[in-house]
Amino acid sequence: MRVLVTGASGMIGRAVATELVSRGLTVRSFQRRPSGVAGVEDALGSVSVAGDVNEAVRGMDAVVHLAAKVSLAGDPADFARVNIGGTRSLLAAASDHGINRFVQISSPSVAHSGVSIVGEGPGPASAATARGEYARTKAAAEQLALAADRPGLRVIAVRPHLVWGPGDTQLVQRVVDRARAKRLPLIGHGAVLVDSTYVDNAASAIAAALERCEDAHGRAFVVSNGEPRPIAELIASMCLAAGVTPPAWRVPARAARVAGSVVELLWRARLDGDEPPMTRFLAEQLSTAHWFDQRETREQLQWTPQITLAEGFRRLTAFYR
Amino acid sequence: MTTRSIPASRRAPASLPPLDLAGFDRSLSRIVRVAESDAAEGSGSGSGSASNQYFDWHITDTGVRLTERGLTPVGTILCVHGNPTWSYLWRRLVAASLRAAGTGSAVWRVVAVDQLDMGFSERTGTQRPLARRVADLSDLTDALKLDGPVVTLGHDWGGVVSLGWAVDHPQSLVGVMLLNTAIHQPEENKIPAPLRLALRRSVLKAATVATPAFLETTLALAHPPLPQSIKEGYRAPYRGAQRRGGIGGFVADIPTDSVHESWPELERIAAAVRSLAVPTLMLWGPRDPIFSDRYLDDLSQRMPHADVHRFETAGHLVAEDVDYASALLDWLDERGLPNAPPDARDVDVASVDSSALAFQPLWHHLDEQRENDETALVEMAPPSGSAPLILSWRQLATRVRQLAAGLNQIGVCAGDRVSLLVPPGADLTAVLYACLRIGAIVVVADAGLGVRGLTRAVRGARPDHVIGATKGLLAARVLGWPGHKISVESLTAPVRVALQVEYVLAEVEALGRDELLPPQPQRHDTAAVLFTSGSTGPAKGVVYTHDQLAAVTAALAAQYTIGIGTGLVAGFAPFALLAPALGARSVTPAMDVTSPKTLTAQAVAAAVAAVDATVVFLSPAALTNVVATAETLTPTDHRALAGVKTFLSAGAPVSEPLLAAASRLMPAASAHTPYGMTEGLLMTDISLAGIREASGALEVELELEVKLELEVEVTADAGAAGGVCVGRPNATTRVLVSALDSAGAASGQPLNQAGVTGEIVVSAPHLKSHYDRLWITNRASRVNTPQNERWHRTGDVGHLDTAGRLWIEGRLPHVVVTAFGVVTPVGVEQRVETDATIARSALVGVGPRGTQQLVLIVETVPNARRAALASPEMAAAARVLARVPIAAVLVVPHLPTDIRHNSKIDRTRLSIWAARILAGGRMAQP
Repeated sequence: MRVLVTGASGMIGRAVATELVSRGLTVRSFQRRPSGVAGVEDALGSVSVAGDVNEAVRGMDAVVHLAAKVSLAGDPADFARVNIGGTRSLLAAASDHGINRFVQISSPSVAHSGVSIVGEGPGPASAATARGEYARTKAAAEQLALAADRPGLRVIAVRPHLVWGPGDTQLVQRVVDRARAKRLPLIGHGAVLVDSTYVDNAASAIAAALERCEDAHGRAFVVSNGEPRPIAELIASMCLAAGVTPPAWRVPARAARVAGSVVELLWRARLDGDEPPMTRFLAEQLSTAHWFDQRETREQLQWTPQITLAEGFRRLTAFYR
Repeated sequence: MTTRSIPASRRAPASLPPLDLAGFDRSLSRIVRVAESDAAEGSGSGSGSASNQYFDWHITDTGVRLTERGLTPVGTILCVHGNPTWSYLWRRLVAASLRAAGTGSAVWRVVAVDQLDMGFSERTGTQRPLARRVADLSDLTDALKLDGPVVTLGHDWGGVVSLGWAVDHPQSLVGVMLLNTAIHQPEENKIPAPLRLALRRSVLKAATVATPAFLETTLALAHPPLPQSIKEGYRAPYRGAQRRGGIGGFVADIPTDSVHESWPELERIAAAVRSLAVPTLMLWGPRDPIFSDRYLDDLSQRMPHADVHRFETAGHLVAEDVDYASALLDWLDERGLPNAPPDARDVDVASVDSSALAFQPLWHHLDEQRENDETALVEMAPPSGSAPLILSWRQLATRVRQLAAGLNQIGVCAGDRVSLLVPPGADLTAVLYACLRIGAIVVVADAGLGVRGLTRAVRGARPDHVIGATKGLLAARVLGWPGHKISVESLTAPVRVALQVEYVLAEVEALGRDELLPPQPQRHDTAAVLFTSGSTGPAKGVVYTHDQLAAVTAALAAQYTIGIGTGLVAGFAPFALLAPALGARSVTPAMDVTSPKTLTAQAVAAAVAAVDATVVFLSPAALTNVVATAETLTPTDHRALAGVKTFLSAGAPVSEPLLAAASRLMPAASAHTPYGMTEGLLMTDISLAGIREASGALEVELELEVKLELEVEVTADAGAAGGVCVGRPNATTRVLVSALDSAGAASGQPLNQAGVTGEIVVSAPHLKSHYDRLWITNRASRVNTPQNERWHRTGDVGHLDTAGRLWIEGRLPHVVVTAFGVVTPVGVEQRVETDATIARSALVGVGPRGTQQLVLIVETVPNARRAALASPEMAAAARVLARVPIAAVLVVPHLPTDIRHNSKIDRTRLSIWAARILAGGRMAQP
């Protein structure tokens, strides 16, 4: 099987490309910079450019679509162009070029309306209630992708939850940098249970989804380690792995949400590319529980995570050493 | 006020209910035209109606639906609502019966009527007294050609009408089911206050017809309150005064005295139900201001074969408050209706497993030793004085005999219930044996239940008499507990009047001095109702027969070698009371009996010395204090304690260190702790040596596993589940385990198989007979156990090991169901508690059952000052020890426990607390 992996220069994308190569598949990657993954053919370009997309998809059997604008703040139009427009282009190209499997990488935040998620399955993606531009546009993208599911073009959506690992610039590095700068408070009592996914597990789950596409198509699956931990413990573990003192100061959850909203507004007014230190979305993420019922995911994808949380943190520690 | 006639409303036709009533299946509604028969026999109806009248009824009938589905019913449930409801009351039974009809169980047709002038049936324009209503129902069933097997079901005054139909149709009747109702209104008894008010002429019409007050008041009686949509359902047929004439008519028809028009008919039915022999079920909500428990008592007395279940939290609208529909269908199934023999009852399996044992009544030693002047009983600190009270066998036997005859003289009869509110001591012992001797049923509830729990227990047990110390009688007076009052203490005249005391014990004794004793009760007669501690839900009354109490005595004697002449220190009331039945010489040590933790080591030593005791019974709370006060013991005390051969801590599990410390005080004694419950007082036993042997075995097993596993792996295997070892079953007890399934339910066939975790199921001659007026609980406690034997599902979870020892792993509701399997709490908690900084712990689950996450809540050394997330170090240490995946570790200052033993951790409450905090709730104390 020949597989196109979009967004293979990011942490998850690289891990997915590596995993697929190791399973003996022919992998072409598609993003603006070379993926740097051994054994992968790079097709460079942008998902926002229809011609690039068409060229990339040509000659492939399957698409794993990871490329997205992932950020806590930014121009809503950029999010829509990359996340919704990019998915639409890829789906159209997939249809034109006889692709028969399409794995859409989504996010549990597409179904998260800001209240705690306690052991639930994947809710339906909802652009109307999702919080933040990223989640809203990813929700719309997932809806587009699943709507395109039909005989001949099987679509499956995978929502890895809070992926982290060595080389992670999105979550771990931000946490570590802020903690080092003493700019990372704990929101509330820090005991809310939050699940996460070690990057290798996310990659193996996506590879499993590609394999199981014919049987489990048309649905979205949340993927995680299935080992929720109090948020304060997760953050402390990341800091300790990087040799940084974990945060000790606390902000009441409600205050953080309000402050996040204000900061978000002020930051938007500044119109620079930097990220605000706290957003309402982030405050909600850090003060509500989100862990999922993984039974259906594991049964349908015939997959179990191979790297435990403890092993993941050992590898993270080794990476920072 | 013979007839409070209410002007009859104008005639109005029957109609179908609206389509959109919540929970109501309108497609089952139909209108039936019924010819009115001549006035009913039995009493003049007074309606003067002509026999060529026709009236239309609205009924809900599942018959057609069943036919469409190709199902043939085995019989019909004929449902009659009361006032001011309508057939809407039965909607959940209608739905449940249709659901059940598809599942292979017996198919029942449900016909739920709207009585004339009520619901959506015709407004007849006439008064319809009771006799007419009974005839009306008969007319309807004639019109429906309902001649197959019929089970009647009635609520409120519909209960009376349904019973009227029942006694008039013996050829069709196969069963009777009743929810809160009343069949008899003794003239001397006052009508319930709310009804008396409603019956006042000026109030009657305004309350019932002109305004919806009566309807609204009834709807407000639900526990919990009814949702608006359901209230709307009940209101639907009664909008406007014109539609409510029937409500007023019904209330006016309540016979308050013997000259009331409907009195003769009520009396006729009330008398006739005594001859009903068909299986009968009464479901009752005691929180009913109208049909209080005394009406249930009256009905139970008329139909003594009836199965009864009191839903402690339910009230008048019991059909709204609880899942009555499943209970009814389960009962029909269990009783084998419609084909049950007319006198079908619980098989008395007591005889099956105890007939082999010779029955010796509990008082046989008292009879045999009545000429013996040796000491039978010593009370070290009697309430009446400072010197110890000493009774010889002769004195005790005489006192019991005189009290028994005296109680009989004042009207305490065999089968009467006598609530004993007397602290342990000589008085309680004498009263207890006197009651047992005359066949009166003793009701014993622990003061540890608290006032509310005790009130519920005493009320629910409906005592005919209360024998109490002043404190108990005061509570009885203030809280309005029923029963004739007898005081154990002499009282001044004003106090006596104030407490409504009819007799003082000394008077009863004097009355019995020269009287003969009535015949002895039979071995299968009920002897006692003992209340559970209430630490696992509302306290339940547990019924024991004479045979079964004698078996408890026999088990105690055999297990601890107690017999005639054994000296016994009675620091644990339930077993202490049995000392005279064992022939043992017993002593109550000086202590505040309501507070066992006041017992000192010196008091125990003094008690031992007083009777040369070789056996000591203590409760765990008392034991803790005895150990704590050990340094006050003199050399003489130590010498006395050195003579103790057997020492027993009963009531709750005790730790090995505590038992060991107590053992050092009684160096010659073998220390024991039994496993049991109010339902089965002595199921297994373990000695201190046995505890040490078992924990050694457990450690070896754990070490082996740790060596084999490099990584901490999930073990769903019961063999490694650990728990508290409670030893081996005693000689006459059998223990089986009903395996837990993957959903955490104890669905397995009870088996004797080592290493399987499940609900512990026990059988013994000394097991309880049944629960008192808790038919559903009783059924649940025996479900799926061997037929024709008396077994009890304990609600405890554990396993047997290959050496035949029983291990307790927790309570069934505390089992956690994770995505990787079922986890029981106690073994994990024990492993975690091996950490020196963790005093106690509780393992609970949060999240949906099936994918729950495990959370540990710990009490630290020293105690934390507030609830918080555990430090990363403590969490890491606890995870390693737990050996199951723990999502979070929380620290609390104190774990909530039961009041009585301070040992049963309330995991249910903790899991709710933890779930809230781990989902982002405020960090409060549990």
